[in-house]
Amino acid sequence: MSQPIPLSVNGKAVTVEADPDTLLVTFLREHLRLTGTHVGCDTASCGACTVLIGGRAAKSCNVLLGQVSGEAITTIEGITPADGSLHPMQAAFKACHGLQCGFCTPGMIMSAIDLLTHHAHATREEVRAGLEGNLCRCTGYHNIVSAVMRAAQAMQAAGGGS
Amino acid sequence: MSAQAPYIGRSVERKEDYRFITGSGTYTDDIVLPHQAYACFLRSPHAHAAIRAIDTAAASAAPGVLAVYTARDLAGIGGLPCGWLIHSIDGSPMKEPKHPVLAEGKVRHVGDPLALVVAESAREAKAAAALIEVDYDVLPPVVDTASAASSAVAVHAEAPDNVCFTWGIGDGAAVDAAFSGAAHVTRFSFANNRLIPNAIEPRAANAQYSPASDSYTLYVTSQNPHVARLLMAAFVLGIPEHKLRVVAPDVGGGFGSKIYVYPEETALVWASRRVGRPIKWTAERSESFLSDAHGRDHVTTAELALDADGKFLALRVDTTANMGAYLSTFAPCIPTILHATLLAGQYATPHIHCKVRAVFTNTAPVDAYRGAGRPEATYLLERIVELAARELGLDPVELRRRNFIRAFPYATPVGLTYDTGDYEATLERALELADVRGFAARRRASEQRGLRRGIGYACYIEACGIAPSNIAGRLGARAGLFEAAELRVHPTGKVTVFTGSHSHGQGHETTFAQVVADRLGIALEDVEIEHGDTGKVLFGMGTYGSRSLAVGGSAIVKAADKIVAKGRKIAAHLLEAGEEDVQFSQGAFRVAGTDRVKTFAEVALAAYVPHHYPLETLEPGLNENAFYDPANFTFPAGTYVCEVEVDPQTGRTRIERFTACDDFGNVVNPMIVEGQVHGGLAQGIGQALLESCHYNEDGQLLTGSFVDYAMPRADDLPDFIVETVRGTPCTHNPLGAKGCGEAGAIGSPPAVINAIVDALAPLGVRDVQMPATPYRLWQTLQAARR
Repeated sequence: MSQPIPLSVNGKAVTVEADPDTLLVTFLREHLRLTGTHVGCDTASCGACTVLIGGRAAKSCNVLLGQVSGEAITTIEGITPADGSLHPMQAAFKACHGLQCGFCTPGMIMSAIDLLTHHAHATREEVRAGLEGNLCRCTGYHNIVSAVMRAAQAMQAAGGGS
Repeated sequence: MSAQAPYIGRSVERKEDYRFITGSGTYTDDIVLPHQAYACFLRSPHAHAAIRAIDTAAASAAPGVLAVYTARDLAGIGGLPCGWLIHSIDGSPMKEPKHPVLAEGKVRHVGDPLALVVAESAREAKAAAALIEVDYDVLPPVVDTASAASSAVAVHAEAPDNVCFTWGIGDGAAVDAAFSGAAHVTRFSFANNRLIPNAIEPRAANAQYSPASDSYTLYVTSQNPHVARLLMAAFVLGIPEHKLRVVAPDVGGGFGSKIYVYPEETALVWASRRVGRPIKWTAERSESFLSDAHGRDHVTTAELALDADGKFLALRVDTTANMGAYLSTFAPCIPTILHATLLAGQYATPHIHCKVRAVFTNTAPVDAYRGAGRPEATYLLERIVELAARELGLDPVELRRRNFIRAFPYATPVGLTYDTGDYEATLERALELADVRGFAARRRASEQRGLRRGIGYACYIEACGIAPSNIAGRLGARAGLFEAAELRVHPTGKVTVFTGSHSHGQGHETTFAQVVADRLGIALEDVEIEHGDTGKVLFGMGTYGSRSLAVGGSAIVKAADKIVAKGRKIAAHLLEAGEEDVQFSQGAFRVAGTDRVKTFAEVALAAYVPHHYPLETLEPGLNENAFYDPANFTFPAGTYVCEVEVDPQTGRTRIERFTACDDFGNVVNPMIVEGQVHGGLAQGIGQALLESCHYNEDGQLLTGSFVDYAMPRADDLPDFIVETVRGTPCTHNPLGAKGCGEAGAIGSPPAVINAIVDALAPLGVRDVQMPATPYRLWQTLQAARR
């Protein structure tokens, strides 16, 4: 049964009329057409659908719309500056060749942002542990780890963890 | 105009990245066509069963359902074709049973599709599929690769012994003679574990029929849209080829699994006209596990004969390769042409014989997966060389050195001629990078902590850019193996390149642009690469077998050279000079020995505004096509060194160092090339340590999700040390490029296993089968202690 659900997506407050048992990822992709968030599995294992809910990374394939009533959701589209520039994490992924096919990339970037928000000085080893919820089949992770390390420096220089 | 530093050789950041890092790429599942309906396939829950009856009445009456189709509705359309014909040793053609789009009479593997439901929503389609009642007569399945040929059960009536073909290569009598005079023989039996490719983007399709033009458009996750169009049009659906447009938009990884023509997209194209609406299907990951083509799955016995000095005299190989339930598009070529021909490796073994028996089983089809036959060959060779060294008490590096091929071109006893290579160079550099000298000290340090440390080597060779077409045709290829390109120079001198190669992560939009920018002397941002659309690109054989730069890039170079040749004619006219006096370099046409010059952009403009133009002898416009058919394979090679630490208490392996040193010939973008190696290493290390596809004896897939199938995660892998040596350029393509996409997956599994065996040899371990999971290692150690 549809019901009104208030939430904020990428900084915009919306009240949606929707079935509360709609998957958050379905809502983002099909209702809002925010297709940067991807679906790579059906067991909450791959992390391609990772978004931020209240600033924490979450797999949006494993969350129902009814569970995020009143929450602030941020997707890959929400961290992308409107002026054509890039978030430091995006810039670092590009500079370090931290992506190939790009399918896991939005989820990986969202997880990495959460990681650095809470562990600004993570080591390479800690970055690996922090990203183990996100599968990438292309890069072998080496350059993803390098990108997160580079982004950590850039984000610290910019004066903040997030 | 200032001289511009060449783009080739520079790690230029990728042009395609912006859309991927901002989530604005367009993958197949992102495409919404107006009024689209949704598909769900009913799949067999049984590995092997006769279909007595299918009752679709309840499903057809379910809410939102537009249509339900089974094989009966598809009567008259063809089976999915196989693109490679192998002949058995006795001269008979391989058994080629029909691969129906929807199962006919029998289901032959768990996940075999037998009905298509089209509904208003994906949810309704799935709910209705569950209402289809199938009366199955469940049959005993054939599951095991090694025993399939002796099973009393036949997967296909056409192959009562389940043997698709028994093929051979090499001089068996010469091999036998060499063995009889050998000082030492090393024997090795193993299984090359079956893998599931698992690109993170699941397969998907969206098919539309337009009555206005009586034509179809298919958006599909494909590595080679033109091949999909050709096979679907000419062999399966009978649609005129020019009435079917196939678009492979952004594709989220392939690794081979998206080369093939699958039942799902074929059924969607067919149904889109009957339903009168676009139809979309996106695989759930569980479906991907069941229905994507799997890889590897060989059971092999190998014997290596050596003389008293450790020189290889002969190699004898007998392998059984699992084809699965049906022949996938290129399946028969993998264990034969792409496996047995690689068995010389980097070594001057004078005599080699390989017998390959391909068998049908009640499992998903098996086809090319990153490396495709070459990882199986390399694993065999690099393990048996290591075993021989251990048996003879020789240093494994020294044994390899004694047997290296050192003079080129070199004709192997298994059909290939290597044009060039320098195996000593990659070996030497790998040993340095891996700090092999420091290994003994590191091993002592590990032992003091109760851990076992080992070092393992692999010297691989690979054959990329399978070609030339005429020879491949004699070997059974039913398709050409060239590549096509078009360069469209616009009036302002900007260039759009249309390539038949497809990029699904490889970075073609950057690498190819670097090549064209240098060739034409223009800026990188003035070159755009288009690929993946049969409506735009003239033709293409697609991306697989590390062929894109060596073959697709060469076609682009050929087209660019035609552009320059025509540009020279135009410039000669504009400069009132003889064509032979006009030189082209750095983006300008100059009259030799003068300051008279026309830029590339000026010539382009003159071609489209031909006011001062030799119209009587030259067409206006500046647009050229080229097809490039390579003269030979390319032969990348390298040495990989793996160092592991194993905890004998738990069986857990940790990769402490992994060093890859490759010779890919000339490299256009080192950053992208290293990235390709990284990805290949991850998949190869995955095969060695983590990944394995398991069916139980009933033919049920036990590893059917990411929870059950261990994919390498960030904390499973080390940082990699990767370097490309100043290589030996390929001698027969204009770029001197060899290909780099599969090397990592080919060279790494034996390096890892050799390292583990080295670590555990003092405890009595001679071999460890893949994947070397903690449980398997612990069991191996317990067995060795008994």
